[in-house]
Amino acid sequence: MTLMKRISLIFRAKADKALDRAEDPRETLDYSYKRQLELLTKVRRGVADVATSRKRVELQAAQLQQQSDKLTEQAQKALSMGREDLAREALTRKSALTGQMSDLKAQQAQLQGEEEKLTLASQRLQAKVESFRTQKETIKAKYTAAEAQTRINEAFSGISEEMGDVGMAVQRAEDKTAQMQARAGAIDELIASGALDDASSLNRGDDISRELEAMSSQSDVEAELAALKAGTSGGSAPQALEQADSTPPAQVEAAEEPRKEEGQA
Amino acid sequence: MIVRILGEGQWEVSDDRLPALNELDSTVEAAVEQGDRETFSQALDALLNAVREAGTPLPDESLEDSDLILPPSDATLEEVRELLSDEGLIPG
Repeated sequence: MTLMKRISLIFRAKADKALDRAEDPRETLDYSYKRQLELLTKVRRGVADVATSRKRVELQAAQLQQQSDKLTEQAQKALSMGREDLAREALTRKSALTGQMSDLKAQQAQLQGEEEKLTLASQRLQAKVESFRTQKETIKAKYTAAEAQTRINEAFSGISEEMGDVGMAVQRAEDKTAQMQARAGAIDELIASGALDDASSLNRGDDISRELEAMSSQSDVEAELAALKAGTSGGSAPQALEQADSTPPAQVEAAEEPRKEEGQA
Repeated sequence: MIVRILGEGQWEVSDDRLPALNELDSTVEAAVEQGDRETFSQALDALLNAVREAGTPLPDESLEDSDLILPPSDATLEEVRELLSDEGLIPG
């Protein structure tokens, strides 16, 4: 027997089992219709769930993109300050992000595909449920319980096959989404833990930023100092000289602090 | 003859196309039995494309049951095996 035939027989057996043998077969129609509406709700919820997952993945991709852009800027800045080591570090981190980002893009495409499939499935099911409802009312109006059975079987077999199909599609979409949720959760954790050096967290800042900031504040201090010295030699006020003597060393010390920590780490 | 591709819908296919479909179907079936993943996905693609190409889609509101049912296009070999087992993938 062919594969196609085997699968169709399995579907038919399931449909047969699901066919509720009510005393009045017309009750079966109402019961089935109720189940169809439940399934329709479930598919629509499935579409919404997949869309939520897709949006989450898109948000993560955007966060990683932002981080990646930031690392490029940092590399440029480091290089302009003659710190090739820091630039290299920034680019190394960026290349680690690139892998994550292409993974997220693939996930996004897959979720988009699932979303489209489920949307179509819900449209098909809706059309069939509507058609079933019409038939159901006709059968109930026209036939006695005894006569109704054959008609009911006909209407029922088509819709139950569709319900099996749609139920399976929802199940598969849920499984796939759950797998991706787990991976998305892991990326969220990475971002939260700072392992990806989330550049958007304002109060923390990452070590490369700290070092670059330290370097630039140090060079600001040097520049100001030089300007003051130049001013002094030109016969400036003693007050300014005093200020130049006291503040800059404290700043320099503060600025060097993070670099020391980095060196020990 | 009505053929359903799971997850896609139903097609009306004329009976004279059946021999060609059966041949493609046997290749899929053999690949499933042998656990040959590569042949499986190629053969399944070929079979589904043949149905889509040979058939006319049934309208969404039709309530007919199918003579033949095919796995979804992205089915794995394991899923098809599960589909064929009794407590398989079909809910209900």
